[in-house]
Amino acid sequence: MTAFDEAGADLELRQITKTFPGFTAIEQLDLTIPAGSFFALLGPSGCGKTTTLRLVAGLEEPTAGRIVIGGRDVTAVKPHERPVNTVFQSYALFPHMTVQGNVEFGLRRRGAKDAAARAAEALRLVQLDHLATRRPSQLSGGQQQRVALARAIVNRPALLLLDEPLGALDLKLRREMQLELKAIQAEVGLTFLHVTHDQEEAMTMADTVAVMNHGRIEQMGSPQELYELPRTAFVANFLGQSNLLTGEVVTSSDEVTVVDVAGSRLAVPTARAQRTSGTVTIGVRPEKLLLVTDAPTPTPGVNVIGPGRITDTSFAGVSTQYVVEFPDNPALPAVTVFAQNLVFGSTLNPGAEVWVTWSADHSFGLVDAAAPGSSFAGDDEPSEAAAAAGEA
Amino acid sequence: MAFGAFAGGPEAAPGVAAAQRKSRIVLLLLLPGVIYLAITYVAPLISLVLTSLQSPSPDLAIGSYVYGFNVGNYVVALQTYAPVLGRSFLFALTATVLTLLIGYPLAYFIGVTLRRFPLLQSLALVLVIAPFFISFLLRTLAWKQIFSDEGPVVSFLQALSLLPHDAHLTGTPFMVIFGLTYNFLPFTVLPMYTSLERLDLRYLEAASDLYASRWNTFWRVTFPLSLPGVVSGTLLTFIPATGDYINASPSFLGGLDTAMIGNVIEQNFLVLQNYPVAAAMSIVLMVAILIPVAIYVSATKTEDLL
Ligand SMILES: Nc1ncnc2c1ncn2[C@@H]1O[C@H](COP(=O)(O)OP(=O)(O)O)[C@@H](O)[C@H]1O
Ligand SMILES: [Mg+2]
Repeated sequence: MTAFDEAGADLELRQITKTFPGFTAIEQLDLTIPAGSFFALLGPSGCGKTTTLRLVAGLEEPTAGRIVIGGRDVTAVKPHERPVNTVFQSYALFPHMTVQGNVEFGLRRRGAKDAAARAAEALRLVQLDHLATRRPSQLSGGQQQRVALARAIVNRPALLLLDEPLGALDLKLRREMQLELKAIQAEVGLTFLHVTHDQEEAMTMADTVAVMNHGRIEQMGSPQELYELPRTAFVANFLGQSNLLTGEVVTSSDEVTVVDVAGSRLAVPTARAQRTSGTVTIGVRPEKLLLVTDAPTPTPGVNVIGPGRITDTSFAGVSTQYVVEFPDNPALPAVTVFAQNLVFGSTLNPGAEVWVTWSADHSFGLVDAAAPGSSFAGDDEPSEAAAAAGEA
Repeated sequence: MAFGAFAGGPEAAPGVAAAQRKSRIVLLLLLPGVIYLAITYVAPLISLVLTSLQSPSPDLAIGSYVYGFNVGNYVVALQTYAPVLGRSFLFALTATVLTLLIGYPLAYFIGVTLRRFPLLQSLALVLVIAPFFISFLLRTLAWKQIFSDEGPVVSFLQALSLLPHDAHLTGTPFMVIFGLTYNFLPFTVLPMYTSLERLDLRYLEAASDLYASRWNTFWRVTFPLSLPGVVSGTLLTFIPATGDYINASPSFLGGLDTAMIGNVIEQNFLVLQNYPVAAAMSIVLMVAILIPVAIYVSATKTEDLL
């Protein structure tokens, strides 16, 4: 463990289970993170993200399963002998040392000769070199977080674990640090495992995102893949917003599967449907929807529901969000539509009669059924969770 | 204060007035404490200094002195009793080191290891304090019995030929240091326990994540973070142990050649009725303790945490 790592190592979790007395935090987790990638673990508070990181760092022992880093089984290796560093959610900066002392700590334990210079360089990277002689208690939350980041990065670990490292920063600094982190990762080529409950952060930063829920990975893939083709209702609503409609499959061919949702026949490409028989839930993103004020003529490849009424509009700068309800057909859930504000002002007012249409190619079919009433998740939900999450 | 600090320009005056009114109330509230300190601490101290400078009265009656400026008492005190002073420090220091060596692991065990078992933790704390329920004179006498020439310990050690047949334990420096260590152990353990009980274990996890072995984690994180408890615990043992006159007294665990400065002061005061020398010794002792303690505290930089 004396050599500093020149490149990242891949991480493999094999069938990891972690139970606390009376509570299973992680259930049979399988996860492979390729060397040098920026991997985000995304999930709501309490879903087991921190526990996963603690298992990888060796601070917690798995109840079952193996952990392999760079081809070496480290399940039984002590934390201080693992080529891993953590940016803790609580920072855990040593209160009796200066900022400089904190950042040098890991280097000194490994006998690095130029510890002071490297620590100074790491502090410059997080723009805190002017505060090197302060104690952690004399720093703001955001500054402490950056010290925690410097303290981990300075060691150039094969695998860097980040537990919501940007949570305490204000929006502007968070964006800056996101870019900074990505630049650091690209520059040093280390493997980053980044835990967050902020879907936007996960999508903008990571090469690969794994969405976690109740101690399990729901879906894993590139941000675009996850967004365009969510497999479960949880992913569809946690990563952005979705309109979810549940109905019975009427016909299914190799190309297209047709679902009857409260009398409307909605098509979804079979390749984008997880299931093709029985009761299924299909979804579509709000920005893929169009509102029309005249009954559209049925066209193959275009889904239509309506007529409905606009019950709510909210102006959000680049777009306007409409909520459409269907009083004539109460079995249809309310639908959210994002319309680009291409022309000046919003064009439709509450009460207007509209039809909702979208290209069938934009539909996706889920593995599971949406829970009643969950067809629409407000897009501020994750960030509200973020505000309430705290130490969770 | 806060109002005064934020107020500016014409509004400053009322703010300052309010602050002054506030500080007058604070002074009023402090008054009972100040009077108490003046009566119980400052007055005896002045009396002690005055006594230490007295001269024998002209009629040479025993125990009768007149006020003067007799610095000679200090010369007598230092010349006669310098070895006793040295012995006091040696005994107290040894006992302090022993209480630290025994007490720190104990405090760590109760404060950190037992954290997951609150009931056991409380029980262990009660056990640490339990000896206080019996007068420490009785407990010290009990130890004298146990270590007496006919007692079980000496007989056992003699049976094993670890002690010669004419050997004693009572009256030896070993016994005095044993008594000091035993009697002051809870005073060392409790402050250290308080520090360790509050220790945030996440710092230890962070250290192990940063390549520190258990040994390194202890010396670089655990111990420094518990230093305030170590400093107050050792001071609470060292200061009273230096002036202790029970353990070293021949009636208890000591002998004729184990006298500590407390015994000498007691003897001068109560037996020889040489009040000026006894007072001078007390002041010498006070200064002799204050100097190393001040150095110790500033070296460990914890004066703000005490
Ligand atoms: N030491 C523990 N004992 C019992 N339950 C725990 C412990 N640590 C975590 N948990 C539980 O495990 C779940 C996952 O926690 P955590 O991994 O911290 O979630 P998060 O995704 O918010 O980081 C939570 O429900 C939490 O209460
Ligand atoms: Mg967490």
